[in-house]
Amino acid sequence: MARDVAPRGARLAAEGRLPAERVALVDLLDRLLAGGVVITGDIVLSISDIDLVRISLRALIMSVRASEPLETGVRHEPSQL
Amino acid sequence: MADRGTYLYAVTREEDRPGPAALEGVAGVAGAPVRTVAHAGLVAYVSTVPLEEFGEEPLRRSLEDLDWVGATARAHHSVVEAVAEAAATAPVRLVTVYSGDDQVRDMLDRRCEDFTAILSQVAGRREWGVKAYAAPPAAEREQDRGEPATTRPGTEYLRRRKASLRTRDDAWRDAAARAERIHAALGDVAVASTRHRPQDPQLSGRDDVMLLNGAYLVGEDRREEFAATLDALREPGVEIELTGPWAPYSFSALESGGGPGTEAHDGP
Repeated sequence: MARDVAPRGARLAAEGRLPAERVALVDLLDRLLAGGVVITGDIVLSISDIDLVRISLRALIMSVRASEPLETGVRHEPSQL
Repeated sequence: MADRGTYLYAVTREEDRPGPAALEGVAGVAGAPVRTVAHAGLVAYVSTVPLEEFGEEPLRRSLEDLDWVGATARAHHSVVEAVAEAAATAPVRLVTVYSGDDQVRDMLDRRCEDFTAILSQVAGRREWGVKAYAAPPAAEREQDRGEPATTRPGTEYLRRRKASLRTRDDAWRDAAARAERIHAALGDVAVASTRHRPQDPQLSGRDDVMLLNGAYLVGEDRREEFAATLDALREPGVEIELTGPWAPYSFSALESGGGPGTEAHDGP
């Protein structure tokens, strides 16, 4: 009752603010992998290990490539030639 | 105990701690409920996670799995958002796992001053993301103009090609300079600013070149000024995209060196 889902969503959308599931994963990873407080010591594992990040991003690139086979069929080639 | 860890999302000041309603219905990573660990005047927002998924070895494998990284990032983000909506928040780097709550308390003890400094820096401020793209250069009509056919088509072709490349270079350099100006102008309204690495076109899903991937920490009282400044910077040749407000992910560096290239401004 106190939770008015639709109007809240509309307000957030109007502010240009998207619910978590709509935020672009790339923008999110920019922040989650490069930002946030990094704490060392006592930790089981932290993603601040840069190698892991690189590997994950490569996986991300591969995935983006694989999932968009046709949409990029028509391309301008701005920097080739 | 040994097979469970404590996953840390964010830290706030105890006095700012939002009521339990703020986290109602918010699921953490791996669907785990979110709880709090209060200590040293600070509150840590955490989940208990199984080490068979969040231990060192499993994580090394999981971080190769995009679906896992995506789901974990979104869950982490939704917890941070829920907290940041209600209080000044220091988000913690994705996948920070302690072996138990005691370690979290120890950490809050040790890092009390650092967290207090970050939290006072971000209080009443939000992070905004601004991405600028070089719009594709105007169609190369130039080369259709000019002299009519010459007797030396090869030379003429090379001349045109050279001119066309120069135009393109100039356009790109001009766009890059504009991105610098955009970053500087937005930085003037912000309390602090930083630049993320431009996104790979494969990731952004766009063909055009990202010139700027900036983050700006802006006082809530200057939010409209920031938006107006951004709008005034829009012009042909550079496309600008705004995201946010974000929790202050890009302004939570604990190390004294600051984040990669974080610039503080003497703003109000």
